Amino acid sequence: MHIDLSVQNITKKFKDFTAVDSVSFKVEQGRFFSILGPSGCGKTTLLRMIAGFTEPTHGIIAIRGKNMQGITPNKRPVNLIFQHLALFPMMNVAQNIAFGLQRQGHGKADIHKKIDTILDRVDLPGFQDKKIDQLSGGQKQRVAIARCLVLEPTVLLLDEPLGALDLKLRDQMKVELKKLQAKVGTTFVYITHDQSEALVMSDYVAVMNKGRFEQVDTPQNLYNHPATPFTAQFVGDNNAWSGRVTQISDTRASLVTPDGNTFTINTINTNDPSFSVDAKVDLFLRPEAMVIQPDPSMDQLNRFEIIVKAILFDGANSRLLATPINSEKELIIGLPQNRQFDHVRPLDKLEIGWHEASGICFAKNEAQA
Amino acid sequence: MKNQSRWYLFFFMTPILLWLFLLIVLPHIDLLIMSFRMEDDAGDMVWSLGNYLTFFTEPIYWATFARTALYSILVTVLTFVIALPIAFYITHVVSPKLSGFLMLLLLLPFWVSELVRVYGWMILLRESGVLNHFLVQLGILDKPVEMLYTDATMILGLVYTSMLFMVVPLISVLESLDKTLIEAAFDLGANMWIVLLRIIIPHAMPGIVSGSIVVFMLTLGNYLTPNLMGGKNSLWFTEQIYNQFIASFNWNQGSAFGFLLLLLSSLIIWVGLKLSGQTLGKVVK
Repeated sequence: MHIDLSVQNITKKFKDFTAVDSVSFKVEQGRFFSILGPSGCGKTTLLRMIAGFTEPTHGIIAIRGKNMQGITPNKRPVNLIFQHLALFPMMNVAQNIAFGLQRQGHGKADIHKKIDTILDRVDLPGFQDKKIDQLSGGQKQRVAIARCLVLEPTVLLLDEPLGALDLKLRDQMKVELKKLQAKVGTTFVYITHDQSEALVMSDYVAVMNKGRFEQVDTPQNLYNHPATPFTAQFVGDNNAWSGRVTQISDTRASLVTPDGNTFTINTINTNDPSFSVDAKVDLFLRPEAMVIQPDPSMDQLNRFEIIVKAILFDGANSRLLATPINSEKELIIGLPQNRQFDHVRPLDKLEIGWHEASGICFAKNEAQA
Repeated sequence: MKNQSRWYLFFFMTPILLWLFLLIVLPHIDLLIMSFRMEDDAGDMVWSLGNYLTFFTEPIYWATFARTALYSILVTVLTFVIALPIAFYITHVVSPKLSGFLMLLLLLPFWVSELVRVYGWMILLRESGVLNHFLVQLGILDKPVEMLYTDATMILGLVYTSMLFMVVPLISVLESLDKTLIEAAFDLGANMWIVLLRIIIPHAMPGIVSGSIVVFMLTLGNYLTPNLMGGKNSLWFTEQIYNQFIASFNWNQGSAFGFLLLLLSSLIIWVGLKLSGQTLGKVVK
């Protein structure tokens, strides 16, 4: 596999503030690579450095092995889809798409043919003469993508282009974008703060926080095996629980939470070497890992009782807001909508169980606490 | 309720209508009538188109007009060429705090009357002026030269006088220009000139046209600057009108020239709007 984009130790400092702190990664040809992080984590700065609008303080950006240092944005084989798309309102759809082709010096007939082809590809045939303000949000999106893809860039950069769309359209565009990328085979680098966008579309996701990459992995691994507490909390919903290790044996450890619950966890999932008796730890539990009223015969299950505070109904994504008995700690527990738990009401007392292997533990970072 | 709103309308419209009618429409009607009247051979005032015909039959008059119009177009173009980078710099390059300060600096000279500003230029440029003094001191010139009273200094003065009327509409249109459009154009492979021609100028077109109309009209109708800085050689059409009224006491001829100036400049603006594909309604908005 060819490496389309390689970023080595890239750093960007604005006076005293380090926006991007020695980030390195490689993207293989044809991949959909996402950079996921909260706003202000430096992901836009990183993208602008790849596009060439911002000069890195140090580090190397190479596209297909060619060092991009000192190469201006108009000479780089990358194109950027802006957050608000930046379609030219003074031109129609065809003129927007032709803009880049004219700069590359294509002939008139050639440009005409390429516009027709790319509009077919983004499912907007016959839209050549439409004005930009006549288009819907989703159509604008596709014109912006067509305008970049028609130039056949090595890497297409996308700066949260779905951010301005409403939820329904965003979900639809997520799937469309993924399909389109598979069809054209261009390498996509996509930045977003929306974890669902990143998880649904990407081959690989880099989780970024405070200018650094926390973890670069497949969406499945990020969700199931987060490498850092930040990833565990940022990707998907998670219940965070602090505790203290009381006993370690082979692959299992016991820990006790401040509210007096004792849990056993399987330490195979625990990637932390500083895990020892008496160590303070953070325990992360996915809402769906907790089973309501588990079968008494199931073993290797941590069981405890909770009091339901509220039912957060949200279709397939419904949850229970609950606190363990004798505790103020709020937990979010998955509530499967299979009619089995229709009887649950607020203030009910329920037994909850979770499998030893589904909890993830990290030694507590004293600096953070 | 309906009666009340009508009363409000009446109350607020009356001063405007009175002002328009008494101070603008009425004198113009008087001038218009005057422009169509002429002394016949017997010395009686009769209705005639003669005053207008004079303009076309005497080359000195229409040549002065053509000269005035061409120089006004030149001044407008020069003002635009200088004002665009300034407006772009103020709106998109400097921080918002500094841009307010720069706007103030632009406005400041206009708190002083045009007469004073023109005299300022004259102090700088005349034979015994500041610039000559320094050039002689530095040894660049052997002896002072007269820099005033040429077409070039007159144009310099006119551009200076018109600057603000171009910069302000340009700033207001450029403020609404999304910076990412420029970045997107660069990203798609454009260079600076393409960005200027395909993105910035089309976006700024309403401001360019409204600024140009104001600058063109003000320059064409300017009397002070051409008179003081252009001297005897630089004849401006307003000076012709002045001569008719004051020097020749031929008010009929003067008002005919005045109306011709109005008509011909409106014609030029109409052609300009057609060429740039703009409409007055869009520009005024």
